[in-house]
Amino acid sequence: MDTVKHKIEHHLSDELLMAYSAGTLPEAFSLVVATHISICDTCRARMYEFDAVGGAVLDDAEEMSLSDGALEATLKLISERPKDPIKTQLVAKPAPSVFPKPLQDYVGGDLEKVKWRKIGNGVRQAILPTSKDASVRLLHIPAGCELPDHGHRGTELTLVLQGAFLDEDERFARGDIEIANEDLHHTPIADIGEDCICLAATDAPLKFNQLIPRVAQPFLRI
Amino acid sequence: MFTNQALEQESGALQDQVSYGAVTQLTDEVDTKTYVNVQEDIKPRVPQGAWIVHMERISVHQDQTAFAELFGHFAPRVKAFLMKNGADSGLAEECTQEVMATLWTKAHMFDPTRASVATWIFTIARNRTIDAIRKQRRPEPEDLEWGPTEEPDQADAMAIQEESEQLARAISELPEKQRILIERAYYGDLSHSEIAAETGLPLGTIKSRIRLALERLRHAMG
Repeated sequence: MDTVKHKIEHHLSDELLMAYSAGTLPEAFSLVVATHISICDTCRARMYEFDAVGGAVLDDAEEMSLSDGALEATLKLISERPKDPIKTQLVAKPAPSVFPKPLQDYVGGDLEKVKWRKIGNGVRQAILPTSKDASVRLLHIPAGCELPDHGHRGTELTLVLQGAFLDEDERFARGDIEIANEDLHHTPIADIGEDCICLAATDAPLKFNQLIPRVAQPFLRI
Repeated sequence: MFTNQALEQESGALQDQVSYGAVTQLTDEVDTKTYVNVQEDIKPRVPQGAWIVHMERISVHQDQTAFAELFGHFAPRVKAFLMKNGADSGLAEECTQEVMATLWTKAHMFDPTRASVATWIFTIARNRTIDAIRKQRRPEPEDLEWGPTEEPDQADAMAIQEESEQLARAISELPEKQRILIERAYYGDLSHSEIAAETGLPLGTIKSRIRLALERLRHAMG
């Protein structure tokens, strides 16, 4: 993988960041957002801004009175909780990895831990377990290969973790995110030179135009 | 870049108001009932910087008086926030106590150079909401800081707290229609398309109002 850090050019939208900050995104989308922020300082700073908006809204909100004795009950709760261990000041810097920590939590480790399944044309995928309102999977596309031709019924987020893909006139490399909706009918192609690994989330089943992938769709849980 | 487009959409939407005027009015009634705007002259805002000292008293001295004061201000707001997110009174009460207990046990993790106390409490309450009400996991970005943590820089902390107040002022000065949409996004009660369905406002209008609101906030924050 590239040792030179790629300058991220395709970022999260305000809409996505705001929903992530508000806590209203489906888990699958939150995973893509958290993974992107882990490697994008620009969007991390924007996330802090959106959290600050949430703080201001909370601070200005109307009040709902608590029951009598709520403070005492809370103090009792505190006394019953085990003391949060003060973290040791020295934390080992993690070894360089392809997957940032939030993604590793879902995979159970880095790239070598992924349980790939072939879905044709040399493409492999691994569906990650999340809540059912959207789905997220890792895709492994051999260098120079096309992703199956597809349109979208919902929103699809594709985050590049290794290699790059080309879509129309644009190139997406590590850290870049493509946000696609119903209007976009596209055929991304993995760039030559290196196999491309992406994290892709969608809130609707992908719709394949080629006959065979469409028939295969229910079995492959795409 | 999108400002002009958004402005055009907004003015277009305003011209269309005749067609959905009745519905908008209906919504405004609901909004004023649900989201009472706290006037500053009725309830002066507590300066954000004041709460930092409380946090220090809690983390360093386990000061219950400081905790009681923070509780008095924030617990009723957290409870209201949780109820707007769909919790009934009982669950909201329980979760509020847990959120406030977490504030105590994790007080040493509060970083005044990163967020105001209100923002920090907002993120704890939001995470509790996702866990207890939406029953989902929330993937968090990888932490930036590794190695020994430095003493928080006083000047950085002051700057963040001042920015928080500036942001709160800017939000309160937004045109009402924009402000209500920002609040609703953070109360997490409805997605954009659900607000569209409920109010009869075109989705594009909602999105452009939120865009305009964010533009204004960014402008106000210089």
